[in-house]
Amino acid sequence: MENAANKNPIPAPADATFAPTAPVPGAPAGAVAPGLAGEEYKYGFTTQVEMETFGKGLSEDVIRAISRKKNEPPFLLDFRLKAYKKWLTMQEPNWAHVKYPAINYQDIVYFAEPKKRPTLTGLDEVDPEILKTFEKLGIPLDEQKRLSNVAVDAVFDSVSVATTHKKKLMESGVIFCSISEAVHEYPELIEEYLGSVVPVADNFYAALNSAVFTDGSFVYIPPGTKCPMELSTYFRINTEESGQFERTLIICAEGSYVSYLEGCTAPKFDTNQLHAAVVELVTLDNAEIKYSTVQNWYSGDPQTGKGGIYNFVTKRGKCLGKKSKISWTQVETGSAITWKYPSCILVGDESVGEFYSVALTAGHMQADTGSKMIHLGKNTKSSIISKGIASDFSSNAYRGLVRIAKNATGARNYSQCDSMLVGHNSSAHTFPYIETGNAGSQVEHEASTSKISEDQLFYFQSRGIPREEAISMIVNGFCKDVFNQLPMEFAVEAQKLLSLKLENSVG
Amino acid sequence: MTTATSYMLEVKDIHATIGESEDLTQILKGINLSVKAGEVHAIMGPNGSGKSTLSKVIAGHPDFKVSKGEVLFNGENILELEADERSRKGIFLGFQYPVEIPGVNNAEFLRMAYNQRRKAEGKEEADPLDFEEILDSKMKALDMDSRYKERSINEGFSGGEKKRNEILQMAILDPALAILDETDSGLDVDALKVVAGGINRLRGPGKAIVLITHYQRLLDYVQPDVVHVLSGGRIVKTGGKDLALEVEKQGYDWLVK
Repeated sequence: MENAANKNPIPAPADATFAPTAPVPGAPAGAVAPGLAGEEYKYGFTTQVEMETFGKGLSEDVIRAISRKKNEPPFLLDFRLKAYKKWLTMQEPNWAHVKYPAINYQDIVYFAEPKKRPTLTGLDEVDPEILKTFEKLGIPLDEQKRLSNVAVDAVFDSVSVATTHKKKLMESGVIFCSISEAVHEYPELIEEYLGSVVPVADNFYAALNSAVFTDGSFVYIPPGTKCPMELSTYFRINTEESGQFERTLIICAEGSYVSYLEGCTAPKFDTNQLHAAVVELVTLDNAEIKYSTVQNWYSGDPQTGKGGIYNFVTKRGKCLGKKSKISWTQVETGSAITWKYPSCILVGDESVGEFYSVALTAGHMQADTGSKMIHLGKNTKSSIISKGIASDFSSNAYRGLVRIAKNATGARNYSQCDSMLVGHNSSAHTFPYIETGNAGSQVEHEASTSKISEDQLFYFQSRGIPREEAISMIVNGFCKDVFNQLPMEFAVEAQKLLSLKLENSVG
Repeated sequence: MTTATSYMLEVKDIHATIGESEDLTQILKGINLSVKAGEVHAIMGPNGSGKSTLSKVIAGHPDFKVSKGEVLFNGENILELEADERSRKGIFLGFQYPVEIPGVNNAEFLRMAYNQRRKAEGKEEADPLDFEEILDSKMKALDMDSRYKERSINEGFSGGEKKRNEILQMAILDPALAILDETDSGLDVDALKVVAGGINRLRGPGKAIVLITHYQRLLDYVQPDVVHVLSGGRIVKTGGKDLALEVEKQGYDWLVK
């Protein structure tokens, strides 16, 4: 991977997902503090599990085989094949501010699952090695050992291996299960909503996901229900040559509420793994979804940039109902390349979209991330708070679109994009696109670039606080507005994760 | 430990530079300074004489390179130590221009600094509630509003508030040696009295204070034992507190020539 610090030409976007407005370049790097590359990735182990995998490569046959394997209804096979046909005609997007060698899509395994299949009755059938893996990751699946207020769906490579607390959730009518299970148990919901937010041909990776997705989580909150506990999915990539294509669908019916958390890790490999997920959220009248992500996929060797996950993800929510709300909070600390723009389509009048993001890049990581807020309904509101931290040889770009449709009168958006540079060789960029279709709306955009100065570090040190801890404190302070949005436990976790990434950062 | 002479701070023939090769500037050109526990020294001098550099060299700012000489603290050469290690040994630097650190809570920062010190002394760290008590009492003594606790470090503080915050940090860390770089500048008379009160409270048999100042005004409130005049990177005159009054009357020209 090439280090493109400080002198990156700004590529013109040429994709329908982002309007081709003139990009605004971010400030060049130039901070004095050394980088963050020393960090050790503690989730880098692999688990020996007997797996059943398909051979490498993608074809209509492979898709039919996946569908058959999962015993899917015909509508889903049609959905997949339609996506596949579209995908064949599509081009990989090249407008993002990232560089990587061409991906050979025939060199990827599209289906990998542990041989011991889980059952609906309990964990007895799950390979004990997998249970141990999740335990090691701090996600025990045994309900006795779990915090009583968080239910977990654990996804290992291509399949969901366990979902906890299902019974208790069922008592209040909440459906929380793997999407494969939902296809069989609640086909009408799947047929109605799958692809309703992210159409099969939305973009290259979404089309690929729609064709080959293997598992993921499904949530349905019935009308007037506040989900009694936090729901979460933990994604783990284990197999070296497999891609992970999970699909998440969350539906909040009228007046309901759910807070959903997502965490991710992967082993260390010298090769790159592709993770192309699609997440769709739907809120009906007065419903609210709070979706939080802490992403810590393996980011490649900090010195050489070898290996790591390509995180090419499409996340989008549709505020379909009046006064409904979708709030995305993401803490992105891993992956060799991150390409994701959790977005909100504000259809219902007075609906609200929020995006809070911390993206930390270190080593040779590249991130191009941000949000899209599409205002269609009247008096809709959105806010975007983005904090990017770039250190070492990494590149960190914010890309965002605020579009206010002609009829979306009284719409309001506030965006704030702050970048922080650590070290001499990192770069930060901001690409905001704003399109307003009517004069009765209000859009504000603020941006800043700062760096940790030697004088700030000396100030901490002269009070007895070591450099590393000073950097960690300054960065955590920089991200406070976003961490405040996370559920308590996750906020603590995110802060620890950031500190860990910043550890050994100063030579 | 201390030698027979029992100097707390000994600066011996210090030469220091800033910058790299062709851009290198020699600022300190052979400074000697010896301070005993219990003493208050004032260092005066015209702009650009090297006063701030001397304070930063003692505290360990990485921008300044020592090309010759040594700095002993309680008999130990500290030049190889990182700034945070020096601080934990009991050296405090009060800044002329305290830097702003957005997003980092002032009270949390103070507690972290306090606990680093406690840890270095092998003592138990203070939990947030215990620390709050300590902080409140120190803030009261400095006539500081409790809003300081909620704010980010120095962010949006007035010049006077920043200086008070420096003295608060000193009071909390209770250092053996406090070097205060123009802590009096930019203060009105009332604020000056409060700050001077904070300095006088630190004063004691086991403590040494080095006041760097442009004017003798502060010295009306904090009586120095020894006064040095620094010029062109050297100490050109040392005397008692009368020297400060003389400088006030006549300026620096007669000393510099």
